[in-house]
Amino acid sequence: MNNKPLRPLYTLPYAAWIILFVIAPIALIVYYSFLDLVGNFTLDNYRNFFSSVYLKLTISSFWYAFLITAFALLFAYPTAYFLTKTKHKYLWLLLIIIPSWINLLLKTYAFIGLFGLYGPINAFLELTGLGKQQILFTDFSFVFVSVYIFIPFMILPIFNSLDKLNPTLIDASRDLGANSWTTFRRVIWPLTLNGVKSGIQVVFIPALSLFMITRLIAGNKVITLGTAIEQQFLVTQNWGMGSTIAVFLILFMFIIMLMTSGKERGASINGKVK
Amino acid sequence: MKEILRVAALIVTVSVVLWFINSKLNASGGPSAKGTLTVYNWGEFIDPDLLKQFEKETGIKVIYETFDTNEGMMAKIEQGGTSYDITMPSEYMVEMMAEKDLLLPINHNKLSNFKNIDPYFLDLPFDPGNTYSIPYFWGTVGIAFNPTLLEGQTFESWDNLWDPSLKQAVILVDSARETIGMGLNSLDYSLNTTDLDQLRKATDKLKTLSPNVKAVIGDEVTQLMVNGEAAVSLTWSGQAADMMSENEDIDYIVPKEGSNLWFDNIVIPRTAKNIEGAYAFINFMLDAKMAAQNADYVGYSTPNLAALDFMDPEVTSDERFYPDEEARNHLEVYKNLGLEMLGHYNELFLEFKMDMK
Repeated sequence: MNNKPLRPLYTLPYAAWIILFVIAPIALIVYYSFLDLVGNFTLDNYRNFFSSVYLKLTISSFWYAFLITAFALLFAYPTAYFLTKTKHKYLWLLLIIIPSWINLLLKTYAFIGLFGLYGPINAFLELTGLGKQQILFTDFSFVFVSVYIFIPFMILPIFNSLDKLNPTLIDASRDLGANSWTTFRRVIWPLTLNGVKSGIQVVFIPALSLFMITRLIAGNKVITLGTAIEQQFLVTQNWGMGSTIAVFLILFMFIIMLMTSGKERGASINGKVK
Repeated sequence: MKEILRVAALIVTVSVVLWFINSKLNASGGPSAKGTLTVYNWGEFIDPDLLKQFEKETGIKVIYETFDTNEGMMAKIEQGGTSYDITMPSEYMVEMMAEKDLLLPINHNKLSNFKNIDPYFLDLPFDPGNTYSIPYFWGTVGIAFNPTLLEGQTFESWDNLWDPSLKQAVILVDSARETIGMGLNSLDYSLNTTDLDQLRKATDKLKTLSPNVKAVIGDEVTQLMVNGEAAVSLTWSGQAADMMSENEDIDYIVPKEGSNLWFDNIVIPRTAKNIEGAYAFINFMLDAKMAAQNADYVGYSTPNLAALDFMDPEVTSDERFYPDEEARNHLEVYKNLGLEMLGHYNELFLEFKMDMK
């Protein structure tokens, strides 16, 4: 272990892993994105991407990903906050995390039954006199199910940063005459911003590339970049175009990572946040 | 250092041993060795009793695997990982696989039951002279509907789907050629058109259907129709038969402008190892009695003319699933339009889906 010259050897497996499973696939995607159907070099895929259909697709993908992230945050933050105040907070947290272990497709199919015309939600609506509503295959059902699926991933980082928040800081804020709102805005929120940012990362990025749910819950009335990639590879068999969309997806992810990371003041104050 | 080397050596040794065992297994007792036949078929597309009977009669052990898309099936055959002896592509996929040289030509003299097939279904443009394929089942694309959920709406014509009374009632299938094809059919254009102007018109017409479209989905439609959740759907005849067997209210119709006539076919892929076994299997499935039993179980229409005598006349005289020749003349078989045109169809379909709200 103390043998210094051997150090580089220990990094070998990791380097091999990164090259094989991260760098090589991305390089392949970029390579394929410059190929047309018969394998000749072309820039057509990129030109095609900026045509109206794909541009519209990108914008609508971003819009839905934004909605999903915003609602997830709106519900996750207060949930995480109250979780840290409960007596058995780790038990409650576990209960919230457990559903995310269930297969995604299984949960999605369950929602088809719940939201159906003869499902329990409509039965309830009928009881209240509102009458049957078409819930399945709407924007609402799509955003609802997506938020449901992603919310544990939003709660977890926010919970961690709230949990690590030193309670004496809040007491100090109160002592100095701040009311609850000011305390939240000037103390709690800035110190948990890192958690919020990583929550946004893990929700927004996968939400851009959601696909099965768009068909099962939204009936293809919502189309995301993920759906378009799946179609290009499996149906159209145009790997070039599929790769081009994937390249843009990677670019978008990269930009979002840059926007939601970076040095954070709150982290240095707290000292314990990683 | 020693530690690491030891571990590395262990990994290499284990890998070599596993590779050796694997290659040994594949060479001898593995799939598709003598005495076994690997059949690669669509899900729910054969009567399992027939497989048992085949095993009993010939002593060949059948390894049965299923796929759910033509493209997925072709990808596996192309990779060549498993030695499939029999598979069942749809007509356009037969053409594509033949072009890619993935199929073995079929010697008709080895198939004594080949004569049972209705000549109407032989020598079609996707495989002239049936060089590579034998028709297995056939069907149409049409409209499944549940009259109890509709106010007297009928579907003699594709245009009936545009009726304002069907607001948010129609389910389309998530497949470009069927859905764009419906637009083409309603304008009396060919389903195999490569005329960009006609395709544009068909797409624009489809866009006006948006207010009536409830969803564009896949096989989930069967359950929604059976539950009465959906009233009208664009679907394949075989899927409609499934719906009808579970919900008696449902009816199926092929509109008068015509639609698609499709085939799933038996082929022997290049990966085949037990070619004699493959012939024995095809001949067995072509036998009139076996084909009748299979069609009874699967519920699709059989191209086996001799088998019709062994089937329930109520089924074989059902115009919805065994349309007469006059009706069949309005049906069109898909041609392989090439990847570029297929891409264009899909792009238009994407445009239609994006436009839906």
